[in-house]
Amino acid sequence: MSSSIATSSSTSNTSLQLPRMARIWDSAGMLLVLAALFLYCSLFVNNFLSVANLRGLALSVSTIGMISCTMMFCLAAGDFDLSVGSVVAFAGVLGATVMNATGSVALGVAAALAAGTLIGFLNGIFVARVGVNALITTLASMQIVRGLGFIASDGRAVGIRTDGFFALGNTAWLGVPVPVWLTIGCFIVFGVLLNLTIFGRNALAIGGNKEAAHLAGVPVKRVKIMIFALQGLVAAFAGLVLAARMTSGQPNTSLGLELEVISACVLGGVSLSGGVARISAVVAGVLIMGLVQNAMNLLNIPPFYQYVARGLILLCAVMLDRIKSRR
Amino acid sequence: MASFNDTPLPTPMNASTPAPHPTSLEFAGLKKEFPGVRALDGVSFAVRGGSVHALMGENGAGKSTLLKILSGAYQPTSGSLRLDGEERVFTSTAEAIDAGVAVIYQELHLVPEMTVAENLLIGRYPQRAGFINRSALHAEATRLLTLVGENISPDTRLCRLSLAQRQMVEIAKALGRGARVVAFDEPTSSLSSKETDRLFTIIRDLKARGHAILYVTHRMDEVYEICDAATVLRDGRHVITHDCLSAVTRDALVKSMVGRELTNVYNYRPRAHAPEGLDVRGINGPGLRKPISFQVARGEVLGFFGLVGAGRSELMRLICGAVAPAAGEVVIQGETLPGNSPRAAIHAGLVFCPEDRKKEGIVAIRSVAENINLSARRSRLSAGLLLNLPWEKRNASEQISRLGVRTASPQTLIGLLSGGNQQKVILARWLSERVRAIVLDEPTRGIDIGAKSEIYALIHDLASSGVSVVVVSSELPEVLGICDRVFVMREGLIAAEFTRETATPETVLRAALPAGAAAGAATCEAA
Repeated sequence: MSSSIATSSSTSNTSLQLPRMARIWDSAGMLLVLAALFLYCSLFVNNFLSVANLRGLALSVSTIGMISCTMMFCLAAGDFDLSVGSVVAFAGVLGATVMNATGSVALGVAAALAAGTLIGFLNGIFVARVGVNALITTLASMQIVRGLGFIASDGRAVGIRTDGFFALGNTAWLGVPVPVWLTIGCFIVFGVLLNLTIFGRNALAIGGNKEAAHLAGVPVKRVKIMIFALQGLVAAFAGLVLAARMTSGQPNTSLGLELEVISACVLGGVSLSGGVARISAVVAGVLIMGLVQNAMNLLNIPPFYQYVARGLILLCAVMLDRIKSRR
Repeated sequence: MASFNDTPLPTPMNASTPAPHPTSLEFAGLKKEFPGVRALDGVSFAVRGGSVHALMGENGAGKSTLLKILSGAYQPTSGSLRLDGEERVFTSTAEAIDAGVAVIYQELHLVPEMTVAENLLIGRYPQRAGFINRSALHAEATRLLTLVGENISPDTRLCRLSLAQRQMVEIAKALGRGARVVAFDEPTSSLSSKETDRLFTIIRDLKARGHAILYVTHRMDEVYEICDAATVLRDGRHVITHDCLSAVTRDALVKSMVGRELTNVYNYRPRAHAPEGLDVRGINGPGLRKPISFQVARGEVLGFFGLVGAGRSELMRLICGAVAPAAGEVVIQGETLPGNSPRAAIHAGLVFCPEDRKKEGIVAIRSVAENINLSARRSRLSAGLLLNLPWEKRNASEQISRLGVRTASPQTLIGLLSGGNQQKVILARWLSERVRAIVLDEPTRGIDIGAKSEIYALIHDLASSGVSVVVVSSELPEVLGICDRVFVMREGLIAAEFTRETATPETVLRAALPAGAAAGAATCEAA
């Protein structure tokens, strides 16, 4: 690989400059793929370009979209979090139960967010301080939290009786559903956090080289714990929004969500080995996943085949990434 | 993979008849460029079969690049190598091994948790009906071990062996794979003199059987003891090849290696010293035998010399908070370091450039600018949560020009830069801080001579501005050239102290050598 860099030009300086097209592909490759897919669907899939369908599409990716923001941070720092799907379900159930018991929306929301943050914080403690592998830690918490959701709800959906809460999921502003606005808000907040703050740069440095970051004075453990706590907070928030949309807290919702979220991030080009992340990539990954799913529904492709298609798309994206990095 | 019985094996040692066609190895106009640096610039020389050929040169001369091309780890930018007159370019290490080339590196490529036999035949285990044939494995391993005169049990786990024994295992492994060309990369650096003698016996035997042997070393004595011919590289260029070493004097050889007056390189001028610099009080921890105390004045450069494993790096890591000390404290300009983390040390103005740049210094997949600002921004930009982007940009470009970092742009990935430029980036990181004391662990390892002298000049400038500087180095001329005082460490202790006036190569080196103790303790490394 390095030899091809060196041979391509005689002077060292120019050899570091990628051709212009390659650079555009590097920074916006998946956005281009997204645009192409969108164009294709608009032209060839009936009903795709209707307002109702696009609104449905946006709504369908809102949960994954919010959580993929914090998952991006996890991946950037070289970790990942499998517990998010369980946290979504647990937060919905807990929020619903507390609201029904107290009659207060604020208390229910606060309880769910606090619980999510605490779960994330504990994940972080185990990964960063105790030194347990993130896979094992979050695999364990995924099951524990899923179990807590079932215990809290006795295995049944908890219908919410406080109507004011539904505004979070079922109203629209300027014709766009509130969950979509919230997702856009997450993209902006975490995009800023990644690119314009010390926290974001520290996360990337840790993912790039943990030991070097530590010796350079980055508080590695603290940053990791914060990332996991944020992840729990956002997952709980997404869980509340989902519960508001469904008007109930459901203990068995969002099974396998964690893998969809990680897929979306990787699809966009976030590196699984850490150190490389871009919010535009995550947006692209999330939208490509949603768009393909939506188009397959419109084309009446049976759900069983959709699983196969989604897996193949992920493989293709990762292969594209390999080709990119080999150059 | 070839089955076990097809694998060609060398004849046993005791039936040593010279091979009919001694293998020869030839490098023809070998060039290797990395972004920003030319590691090899047209190197041509030949190694005759049945001879030991020394490859010499300072650090950064291009020896390791040449070895990596020989082993197939790198591909040359242009030029080629010829094996028995046949032009070869190895595109992978597997190809080089198949062609009969073995490179024995300082860091051995063995698996500590596996047995000696498993290591010896890794990748080509004898099989029977799809299972490993244990008895054949054992028999073949025993045979290979006798080739190198070792009588260790093939069932011993590798991590139970001493370093010298492991090296023998590596050589036996190479012979088992039918190596005709064997290259050694400073093989004696961690061997006792007895172990070195054993190694030389093996090398002479390989030579007698017609193998072509390339021997990389810094040690003059060894060159004259074991080598027949010698090639000297300097700054990636071929300087000279002596086909008959016995006709060349030591002085001539040294002169061709250095190639210039070394006195200017170090840039040493006397500086004013002021008290209350870095004060290390009774620090103790892993790797040290007794608590260690010393002071470094402001404006002083203190050198730490010693052999590998003497405890120098361990001491530095304790001082800088990378490893929690069991006892003791560190005081900088009257201020006791709070806590023991690198972060606390940096805030107090004590910064640390680690020995292993790739593993501990740089974040290879991030840009030069980000690597420079990695730590600096922390203390400078307290205004809220957001980064001060204009400052970041300005600081990066200022530091790049101040230190003369050769990079296409501040956004270039640091991993693409040469070692010298990477080191400058790490120094740039610290120069954007308020530095009161700096610890440099092997600051010029693997760096070309030009960048070296720039780093020496920088060390002098830092010290002149009142910074306390500690330099750990395994290069004797460097320690003697840039330091005001020299401490010699040996086996976890400070063995001797010299001033600039009392330090001579002989006295310092003698203090560093162990008193006859065998090197290479039998320890199990964490895999």
